[in-house]
Amino acid sequence: MKRIYFDHNATTPVHEEVVTAMLPYLTEEWGNPSSIHWAGRAPKKAVEEARDKVAALFNCTPAEIIFTSSGTEGDNHAIKGLAYARKDKGNHIITTKVEHPAVLNTCKQLAKEGFDVTYLGVDSGGLISVDELEKAITPKTILITIMYANNETGVISPIKEASDVAKKHGVAFHTDAVQAAGKVPIDLSVLNIDLMAISGHKLYAPKGVGALYVKRGTRLVPLIHGGHHERNRRGGTENVAGIAALGKACEIAGRDMEKEAAHLSALRTRLEKGLAEKVPHITINGHPEKRLPNTANVSFEFVEGESLLLNLDMKGIAASSGSACTSGSLEPSHVLLALGVPVENSHGSVRFSLGKGNTAEDVDFLIEVMPPIVERMRSMSPLYAGIKL
Amino acid sequence: MTGDKKKRVVVAMSGGVDSSVALALLKEQGFDCVGVTMQLWDYSAKDDACGATTGSCCSPDDVNDARAVADKLGVPFYVVNVEEAFSKEVVDYFVNGYLNGQTPNPCVKCNQILKFETLLKKALCLEADFLATGHYARIANSASGYSLLKGVDQDKDQSYFLFTMTQEQLSRTLFPLGGLTKKEARAYAGRLGLKTSEKKESQEICFASDAGYAAFLSNRITAEEGDIVTLENKTLGRHKGLFNYTVGQRKGLNLSGGPFYVLGIDTAKNRLIIGREGDQYSNGLVASELNWINNAAKNTALSGVLENVTVKIRYRHAGVKACVKMTNGNSAEVRFTAKEKAVAPGQAVVFYNNDEVLGGGWIDHAL
Repeated sequence: MKRIYFDHNATTPVHEEVVTAMLPYLTEEWGNPSSIHWAGRAPKKAVEEARDKVAALFNCTPAEIIFTSSGTEGDNHAIKGLAYARKDKGNHIITTKVEHPAVLNTCKQLAKEGFDVTYLGVDSGGLISVDELEKAITPKTILITIMYANNETGVISPIKEASDVAKKHGVAFHTDAVQAAGKVPIDLSVLNIDLMAISGHKLYAPKGVGALYVKRGTRLVPLIHGGHHERNRRGGTENVAGIAALGKACEIAGRDMEKEAAHLSALRTRLEKGLAEKVPHITINGHPEKRLPNTANVSFEFVEGESLLLNLDMKGIAASSGSACTSGSLEPSHVLLALGVPVENSHGSVRFSLGKGNTAEDVDFLIEVMPPIVERMRSMSPLYAGIKL
Repeated sequence: MTGDKKKRVVVAMSGGVDSSVALALLKEQGFDCVGVTMQLWDYSAKDDACGATTGSCCSPDDVNDARAVADKLGVPFYVVNVEEAFSKEVVDYFVNGYLNGQTPNPCVKCNQILKFETLLKKALCLEADFLATGHYARIANSASGYSLLKGVDQDKDQSYFLFTMTQEQLSRTLFPLGGLTKKEARAYAGRLGLKTSEKKESQEICFASDAGYAAFLSNRITAEEGDIVTLENKTLGRHKGLFNYTVGQRKGLNLSGGPFYVLGIDTAKNRLIIGREGDQYSNGLVASELNWINNAAKNTALSGVLENVTVKIRYRHAGVKACVKMTNGNSAEVRFTAKEKAVAPGQAVVFYNNDEVLGGGWIDHAL
């Protein structure tokens, strides 16, 4: 059976060039980058070169990049580290209702510790109001954390405007850029972002590595205490191979971004148009333009998303509902609910997230197999009524 | 099955040995199998139930065991979330049963609603022809329709838990273990090297932890002490909250001059009614919410009296001869030929003719 992968927002395959770049540090150059002797030299160089490459993708200085184990660690480090460092100045944090659990649950934990958290709503397109954000700021506000692009809908937040507001009020600004990094240009030299988390495995590097941008001069309490790694900001011997991989992945992302974005948005249009033509009663969720080029979030009315995904899987097509981190939960997507999508529709929502390997044939295959599946599932409820009683 | 398109079967996998063997047997028989485990319970959020991560049913460790077996057999495997239905249809039913002084049977409800409604529907959504489970029971098909039969292993027979099945459900169900003994099933699992071959039998109620069902209920029902009285209205002591007791119980009454047995649970007056061994016997019972699998038996019970059936009034009951008469379309009077003890309202009564399940219902009260 042909295998088609439409779940790149969950994770991506590791790019061949990335594998090549990381392999030496799993084989001959296995040394500890902190060592003063010969064994540490090549690994140290690899880590610093990777730092240069990550910094280059986001137009910041290498010293502003801390390597982490994941996007979640970066979000935790940024939010908790900033909150603890500034707790004498205030205890108010502003975020949104559509954040990834890495941010939402970190804020929840801080709320338990005595911080006040404001959760901004979004409009039907998934966008926050910058006016509302500004009105939410109080003298006690120390941190604003707003995701760069949403993992479920791909909607891109007004980061420039929001971070300008934060700067104007002297509030630190963090963004979870896990989904945006490598997909859309992010220029930190023109954005008032103080903290930004990214993850390797969403941009064709392996799992287990990420990075946190910390603007020069931003004081953070470390999340992981230990040795003098990462300029005392993050303890733990560096994941050299992973870091080398992340560096390479960022280099490739920068190099290929324009071409990739054009390829992906053309495929996405093909997918959305094709489905809309062949399957009645569907809606595309999220702002039609202000979106990542690769993400399509589609509600199929009168259908249960879970069964739809299993049926697709049996045809070899990988897609997901909501985020992989919350799969197994039948709670309707908090993101779609925040957009005002009715509960029934959110249950029938599927996220198709495209990536490098996808082709027009893949999309056409989806469009071909989808209508009978949806039709059968829609016909199932009345059909089943006979079985039920 | 050569030539035709393979029939697809969704196999309900609990993570235990029986459903593992069910999958292996069907695979061997040439079916296009899909393994599915129902996620019944949010193990992360609940403090009391399923504190243990294994040993019950469908816990995270059990899901992993089921997945490992499916992987080993090269079968696609899915976990489907049915927490909401389970909580409403099984757990709430269970708690409410005790609140009403009954002895509920959540396993029957789980089969009836979770397996043969919710999961069967999901199976049909996956274009399956059948749903299979690891129950020790058999299904036969004849001109007069489908019959539900006891499993060949008299010790393991689970047909009691399946009396609510409809003809439609039976037509789409497979019980591949019905012809095996438990020993044979284990040996088969062992031969295939299935991870679950040595797994111990699940006991008790799957969603209550090792602390037992009373501990589970005590987090949901406020225990109100009350009097323990005899049939003659004589107060002999205090009870610790009615949900801690079931009809027929002897231990844990903490009364001198015993043994005493629980005869009834009077929720209206918050009293526990007890008596001597001989007081437990009754002539029969009234059952409602009847389901008939054998239509001829139903017609006999409706138009007259269905004589000489064997009825089981709880799972481990040896069975007693009785006659059944429908008093309306939905209720029946069951008269035992000899007095029988410990008729517990809330339990199921299942009617058998030798190995065949004719039908059954829920016990309202003893006669």
